[in-house]
Amino acid sequence: MLAYLIRRLGQAFLVMAVMATIVFFGLFAVGNPIDLLINPEADLAEQEETIRRLGLDKPVHVQFGFFLAGLAQGDLGTSFVHNRPALELILSRLPATLELAFLGILIAVVLGIPLGMIAGLKPEAPYSKVIMAGSVVGFSTPNFWQGLMLIMLFAVFLGWLPAGGRGDTVDVLGIPVSFLTWDGLSHLILPALNVAIYKMSLVIRLTRAGTAEVALQDYVKYARARGLSPFRVVGVHVLKNILIPVVTVLGLETGNVIAFAVVTETVFSWPGIGKLLIDSIGLLDRPVVVAYLMLTVFLFVMINLVVDIGYSLLDPRVRVKGGRS
Amino acid sequence: MSAPVLSVRNLVTQFDTRAGTITAVDGVSLEVGPGEVLGIVGESGSGKTITGFSILGLIDKPGRIAGGEVLLNGQDLRKLSDRAMARLRGDRIAMIFQDPMMTLNPVLRIDTQMIETIRAHRDVSRSRARDMAAEALALVGIPSPVERLRTYPHEMSGGMRQRVVIAIALMLEPDLIIADEPTTALDVTIQSQILSEMQKLMAERNTALIWITHDLTVVAGLAHRVAVMYAGRIVETGSVDDLLDHPMHPYTRGLISSIPSSVPRGERLVPIKGMTPSLMNLPEGCAFAPRCPQASEICRKARPDRQDLASGRGLRCFHPLEEA
Repeated sequence: MLAYLIRRLGQAFLVMAVMATIVFFGLFAVGNPIDLLINPEADLAEQEETIRRLGLDKPVHVQFGFFLAGLAQGDLGTSFVHNRPALELILSRLPATLELAFLGILIAVVLGIPLGMIAGLKPEAPYSKVIMAGSVVGFSTPNFWQGLMLIMLFAVFLGWLPAGGRGDTVDVLGIPVSFLTWDGLSHLILPALNVAIYKMSLVIRLTRAGTAEVALQDYVKYARARGLSPFRVVGVHVLKNILIPVVTVLGLETGNVIAFAVVTETVFSWPGIGKLLIDSIGLLDRPVVVAYLMLTVFLFVMINLVVDIGYSLLDPRVRVKGGRS
Repeated sequence: MSAPVLSVRNLVTQFDTRAGTITAVDGVSLEVGPGEVLGIVGESGSGKTITGFSILGLIDKPGRIAGGEVLLNGQDLRKLSDRAMARLRGDRIAMIFQDPMMTLNPVLRIDTQMIETIRAHRDVSRSRARDMAAEALALVGIPSPVERLRTYPHEMSGGMRQRVVIAIALMLEPDLIIADEPTTALDVTIQSQILSEMQKLMAERNTALIWITHDLTVVAGLAHRVAVMYAGRIVETGSVDDLLDHPMHPYTRGLISSIPSSVPRGERLVPIKGMTPSLMNLPEGCAFAPRCPQASEICRKARPDRQDLASGRGLRCFHPLEEA
């Protein structure tokens, strides 16, 4: 198991290195940040000064060398725009995004799995058809438009919830969180719902397909032939067998939400990392973009690892071979 | 014979499909007494498995039990509520399925599946249930049962898994066990071991057993009485020796002549001509008529009714073979 973990982490670092290189040179090719950063009113000496300070006077391979040297010391560079270490900048925005992502996923799972199972067990029932039709809508509605509609409905017409921003936060272990204050939670609900609707549709469809298949298996009929309650048959015998594809997709989706919650964060002015990324790309703030994408790769690898461990908990047949041959 | 444990009368099970209603079980009547083994023999699609599931009330849509009575110790199971029926299943009537590879849930340990069965029917503690499960495993000849309880189904061989399923069936001492081809998927050596153990256990506990199979030779060694099914109907029934030595229905004789050991060495086997009819379009008269060497005009026009003959024989045929 330890060897397995080390191998996985090694792979992660390799992918991060390749990623960082590509993004570094890619952004260099896109444009010159100086044009965007420097006050055109500034005189030549000031301009020269800034360029030198940011290290942009050197040829690109030398800049890359500095970047690698910094990396070796755990320094991902300093934001051109904010003049703060890139990693620190990202980490200060990360809790907001994580909170949004996890609440969204939680809603998707808590509602999506039961709804999908209902639709899978009784495919002909009218309510199942309503669930499936709803999932098609949730699946195909553009995220930004859906966000705007949520704001229209709940913030503008009904006035129940705020239209954007993060609201009050409370520090837990030094990390600011919204969901523990009423004001924070009310700000969180709409963006989380916007994230959740698409995932929930995905979970419903996966769960329904799995349930419809598993419900026909002999072991389900056998569980009924042993006189188990319908609740136990569905809640244990069926559920445990359908979770593997659901966990796989949710793992990938969690990574996606964390890394690319850009749309939701922009629509709801949610101060997360997605918004930071868009702003940084716009300003060609290379250190932030590179650090951001490296962190994203790391997150994806970690999530996949958690998913793999989840498999072995769910299905004894895929357990990672340890001591036994 | 003492009062039957199970008595089925005129059971009809139908499936509503787009192409029309299919009658999978058509007027089946049978009885099993305590300690008695009834073999139900038939080809695939003859309705024998559906008969078993109908007795347990496990017919799913689009299927439904359209008529008849299923009496367990005199109580009509068709009148019970779903909940009352669930209480009976696994407790008074146990079922053993065909493929042990598919029967046990692959993601749950053996102990989980055994304990949940016990606790669904008996108000006992988890540790008491675990002891009962271990005893049941020991009873069916599984070595080191306590350790075996902690394994997953995929860690066992097919024969071992089928023993677990048999142990689960026996565990709560049911009145009736319905076994649906439980040895078909196993090696011949394992098959005969399991057969003889089942026989012994049934006799010891006075449990009624319905053994569903397509294999007449298995029935010959195990059952007391046999019912031969064809296209959803019981075409012939009788005590095992009587029926096998003196088959009266041409189909039964056809089945017997298809067994390799039934003909002297070197002689040709006699297969039954034709194919099992599709239940979608059964012939108007006797379902076997198109394949029957004895068939006459009447066989193609009318369905033979059940005749009850002496010594417990039953028959549905216009032209029975010579009587014993």
